[in-house]
Amino acid sequence: MGVGVAQSLAQTGHRAIVVDVSDAVLERARKEMKNGLRAVALFKKPAIDPREVTSRVTYTTDYQALSAASFVVENVTEKWDIKKDVYRRLDEICKPEVVFAANTSAISITKIGSATKRPAQVVGMHFMNPVPMKPMVEVIRGYHTTPATLEAAKRFLAEMGKDCIVVEDSPGFVSNRVLMLTINEAVFLLQDRVAEAVEVDRIFKTCFEHKMGPLETADLIGLDTILYSIEVLHESFNDDKYRPCPLLKKMVDAGLLGRKSGHGFYRYE
Amino acid sequence: MDAIETKINAYLTRFFPGVTLGLDDDIFSLGFVNSMFALQLVTFLEHGFEIEIENEDLELDNFRSIGAMRRFVERKRSDAG
Repeated sequence: MGVGVAQSLAQTGHRAIVVDVSDAVLERARKEMKNGLRAVALFKKPAIDPREVTSRVTYTTDYQALSAASFVVENVTEKWDIKKDVYRRLDEICKPEVVFAANTSAISITKIGSATKRPAQVVGMHFMNPVPMKPMVEVIRGYHTTPATLEAAKRFLAEMGKDCIVVEDSPGFVSNRVLMLTINEAVFLLQDRVAEAVEVDRIFKTCFEHKMGPLETADLIGLDTILYSIEVLHESFNDDKYRPCPLLKKMVDAGLLGRKSGHGFYRYE
Repeated sequence: MDAIETKINAYLTRFFPGVTLGLDDDIFSLGFVNSMFALQLVTFLEHGFEIEIENEDLELDNFRSIGAMRRFVERKRSDAG
């Protein structure tokens, strides 16, 4: 997802530095950006010049490159142990005035802030996929996030051509607290044999004019991610309305993870 | 349907089960296609028909219907040949 953020920045005339763990991952990132630019060429007119956009992006495995950054958007895996170490390193390398935006859908912004010496300058930015196509971002205010940090975050997003909605730090924020529950309940509908997957999705698309139904969305996000998120909500709220549907667990155990494994509620090439 | 159209149709119906598409049905206006799927479609045409899709080919009109995709594939093939 970091690639999408970098692409959005480069498209709006900014320089972006993509830092990742290995050259192989960075090579995948380059390919992803090429594809992302294709999507822009298809859907956004006037079209952009892909070569020009690409020339503004640097790929590296060296954290030190971030000593030049004026704003950091962190996109690492949703595992606390990994994130914690990343923030410690960022805190040492980045200039003291730099704001850290955590692109997360599950982890508490307040907790992330506590891993740094600058909790007042840590804010959540929950981007939606594909980032360059989505005009809106869910921004999360951690316990220590200051109004100045929020203003910096808003300015940063505005320069990327995006608007934002600011919400308080709470598990799942607004978007995932509702979306994960909706997807989980849609899986219960399948399990209870109330409707087929395609019927569930068509009801959302044709009755509510959603672009995608909940089960297609689950395939896109990845069923393992859905299960992990609903488990986090279950644990955080201690509320059984977030109990994961047994069919969802079974599908994840069977390796039916959606688009990334080629098979979820639907089959993919 | 000719061979190209049949192959495209078979691909699309895998994703939209239960829907019968006419040659000129606009898959964008029917609401079936989001940006993610449009990209997948571009990749499918590239690999499935061994053509190279350039940046200037990325016009929605080329991918709007089974008929439009068939015409696009034929044009690319004749350009290459």
